[in-house]
Amino acid sequence: MTPGWVRAALWAGLAFLWLPVLLLVTYAFSASPIPFRWGGFSLRWFAALAANDRLLEAAWLSLRIAAGAATLAVPLGGAVGWVLARHGPFAGRAVLGALAGAPLVLPEVVTGLSLLLLFVALESATGWPAGRGAGTVLLAHATLGAAYVAVIVQSRLAAGEQELEEAAWDLGASPAAAFATVTLPLMAPSLAAGWLLAFTLSLDDVVLASFTSGPSGTTLPVALFSMLRLGMTPEVNALAALLLAGAAAILALAGLLLRKRD
Amino acid sequence: MRIALRLLPGLWLALLVAAPLILVGVMALSWQAVGIPPYEPPWRGQGINPDNLRLLLEDPHYRASLIQSLTTAAATAALCLLLAAPMGVAIARAGRLRNALLAAVLLPFWTGFLIRLGAWIGLLRDEGWINAALRALGLTEAPIPLLYTQGALLVGMVHAYLPFAVLPVFAAATRLDPVLEQAAADLGATPGRAFLTVTLPQLFPALAAAFLLVFIPAAGEYVIPELLGPPEATLVGRVVFQEFFQNRDWPVAAALAVALLALLLGPILLFQRLGRAGP
Repeated sequence: MTPGWVRAALWAGLAFLWLPVLLLVTYAFSASPIPFRWGGFSLRWFAALAANDRLLEAAWLSLRIAAGAATLAVPLGGAVGWVLARHGPFAGRAVLGALAGAPLVLPEVVTGLSLLLLFVALESATGWPAGRGAGTVLLAHATLGAAYVAVIVQSRLAAGEQELEEAAWDLGASPAAAFATVTLPLMAPSLAAGWLLAFTLSLDDVVLASFTSGPSGTTLPVALFSMLRLGMTPEVNALAALLLAGAAAILALAGLLLRKRD
Repeated sequence: MRIALRLLPGLWLALLVAAPLILVGVMALSWQAVGIPPYEPPWRGQGINPDNLRLLLEDPHYRASLIQSLTTAAATAALCLLLAAPMGVAIARAGRLRNALLAAVLLPFWTGFLIRLGAWIGLLRDEGWINAALRALGLTEAPIPLLYTQGALLVGMVHAYLPFAVLPVFAAATRLDPVLEQAAADLGATPGRAFLTVTLPQLFPALAAAFLLVFIPAAGEYVIPELLGPPEATLVGRVVFQEFFQNRDWPVAAALAVALLALLLGPILLFQRLGRAGP
């Protein structure tokens, strides 16, 4: 039934998405960086990458910020999603929903600029945060991540059944016990998926980090961005190969978590 | 306890989402000043500064930047739809391959945004893959400048945003009733005609959502024009960075952010409405 050109468009689209990345990754293993000239299998770009202290430092910082931001985003976004899905109507619900959804739809430059202005205003009013760096980037990323976690948790709970919690209450469970033994397990897969999403969002962000970091908070994407501005180096190919492997692992993990849910 | 659970995340959102946006509005009405931070708020004697917002309307540079952002975002979204509409439907009908194909659309999306831009730089630059191929085929002697052009900008934008557009189309296509297309076929429509006149119209809300899902973030894009676009592609994201970091004119940067938000407000509300109408 599906016309042939629709299927052809799928393969064309996949080729468009994949070919640039695959070329990059393949040539990460070539001794020669020149196109079409395979210089033989070599790990020299991985070695060069391992010797690039600036990039490694940025990568380590990025991983720590991403883990911290995701870990902060999960309870915050989880609470918002749960409140929106389960608390029924209450005063301020519409405002809470709008604020939680705002980071998802606001352009990054607006979010970045607004958070920087907040940190500057807070610093001149209270002395905290003294300058900007990893801490302020972490707060910015946690805010963005929490918005995504809230959406995932809310849709998970809205699709699920309140009856389960009601059954627990009928059987004499206190609200806290019902939450811990029924609601939380129901939310768990979406919390885990939300953590992974917040983690990857943080690892991929240039704009928020550019605005909210000072000289001490250069994350991997910000360092990569300034490298790419000056043109490519084959070390970037090696980094791409590593990131692709990491992304595949994370996606497989997320797939396992989601499969468990179904 | 229940109130505390509402209040605590509410306070976080008030402090880190609402307050910053209000500050952008205040900054847009402030005065540029020499100092750290380089501005004077309206309450420090000078009153409200109407010039920043007026400048956006009167200065052709800023006006052109806002218009160019909207047209680039619209072109990106339209090109994404052109690919995403057949892709989403084909994946929804792929049977056992469905999950694998969906993962194939999403995985490049997870490789890292900058890495994929790096791949395009490697393809498009003068010593890059495309120019090397053209030279090998004898089609050109001097390298053709491909990087830092309007075309490179659009290719990079479509590559970055295509997965966003495929997802809503896919989700809607999985819920389509195949009976309607069969009826069209029984009545003599070719598969192509049935797709265009029966399948696509049913997907209209999803297509509109996909368009907006690309259009809204693309309008504020900074990194892609900076890395792939020509210097004259002064999209608003770029101008905000320039005003903020190079010219240190925070009030004008904030006014640009306000203008961008005002222009996107309609699309954002429409998108949220489409989201509510859907599942």
